[in-house]
Amino acid sequence: MPLARLIPCLDVANGRVVKGVSFVELRDMGDPVELAQHYSDGGADELVFLDITATPDNAQTMTSLIEKVADVLEIPFTVGGGVRSVEDASRIIESGADRVSLNSAALANPGLITDIADRFGSQAVVVAIDAGDGVVHTHGGRRATDVETVPWAIEAAARGAGEILLTSIRMDGHRRGFDLDLTQRVRDAVSIPVIASGGAGNAEHVAAALRVTDAALVASIVHENPAGLPGLRREIESFGITLRPLRKSND
Amino acid sequence: MSDVVVVDYGAGNTRSVRAALGHLGYSSVVSSDAALIRSADFVLLPGVGSARSAMEHLQSTGAAQALKDRFDAHGRILGICLGMQLALEHSEEDGGVTGLGLLSGTVRRLESDRVPRLGWAVVEPWNEAFYFAHSFACTSEETIATSDGISAAIHRGSFLGVQFHPEKSGPAGLSFLETCLSPA
Repeated sequence: MPLARLIPCLDVANGRVVKGVSFVELRDMGDPVELAQHYSDGGADELVFLDITATPDNAQTMTSLIEKVADVLEIPFTVGGGVRSVEDASRIIESGADRVSLNSAALANPGLITDIADRFGSQAVVVAIDAGDGVVHTHGGRRATDVETVPWAIEAAARGAGEILLTSIRMDGHRRGFDLDLTQRVRDAVSIPVIASGGAGNAEHVAAALRVTDAALVASIVHENPAGLPGLRREIESFGITLRPLRKSND
Repeated sequence: MSDVVVVDYGAGNTRSVRAALGHLGYSSVVSSDAALIRSADFVLLPGVGSARSAMEHLQSTGAAQALKDRFDAHGRILGICLGMQLALEHSEEDGGVTGLGLLSGTVRRLESDRVPRLGWAVVEPWNEAFYFAHSFACTSEETIATSDGISAAIHRGSFLGVQFHPEKSGPAGLSFLETCLSPA
């Protein structure tokens, strides 16, 4: 098994990293390229960029951002938000991203998972699931569907997804820890890796998630103190989790 | 002339590997031109796309024969991920694909408990962690390094293939690439 992964997630709106206090009230957290470089230097194993504006006229802004990130970053990164077609995925991957993350577009058209996987390989396709009360949600977690979480994860994997990014709506933003039960149930149901997301408040929470799954997504706890990433990694390791050994120039 | 020819398969992300080469001070060009592949200082077979479409592209452009000629003439080639796998004789991917056959061995679907195998893993005997993202792996007697028991590097003559992505493996990856590219 590869080592457990710690993955900072950057929400991007109009080319800037933002933090949503509520969905309408976005606080500017800085330049994505600078933050990405900073997290890479601090020992992030991967990064995820979520385009939370994701309007068609924003595609050019995002493409140029991906190119800039690819030119400075030497760790893998995933781009999500507004991926609705094989053409969207191609544009993102050919701009330098390693993987695309699909959310509502995969629900509306599950064949899209297979189409992108056939072209770029399963490792390039992440299916993001926003889960609450046993069902998948859309629209940033605000709208419940009648699709059940675990069966959807199984179907996504069968259709060619290479990883599930599983967010617990109940825990997201509360910083009281991940939904370990949900994570465990989804991971047991599929044979692809699963990233736990939603609820990281401290190193102990992350360590608990990494005991049940392959990777953990973190946002606020790193964005509030970007310089604290190496310390966070050491603290996670103090709870018995083995992360990748960093070289001196990483620390 | 560019220092490195990054072989074009007609699709996928070659930007990252070119950026890494740039950081190391090497110029590069993406091409499937047979003459360029034969004459370049260094040729890199990147890790993008699927085995069948990549081989079809290499065959139709003449790049496949150029790679074989280059190998016979002891020209250096680095294969990354799919680029490593294409060097073997045969791959199970896409219902079976004939490879370049530069090295003996076959490519088989991984049987580990989580596929694709994604993430950082330590490569032995180099004792260094690199980033992997693959569903298939090489079975070859020319394996010179392993990771979790899986072939992580194969070597014969002027060909070196690695299953991991040095261009995505931080400072360890850059330093690995630098060693590969430095004049023999």
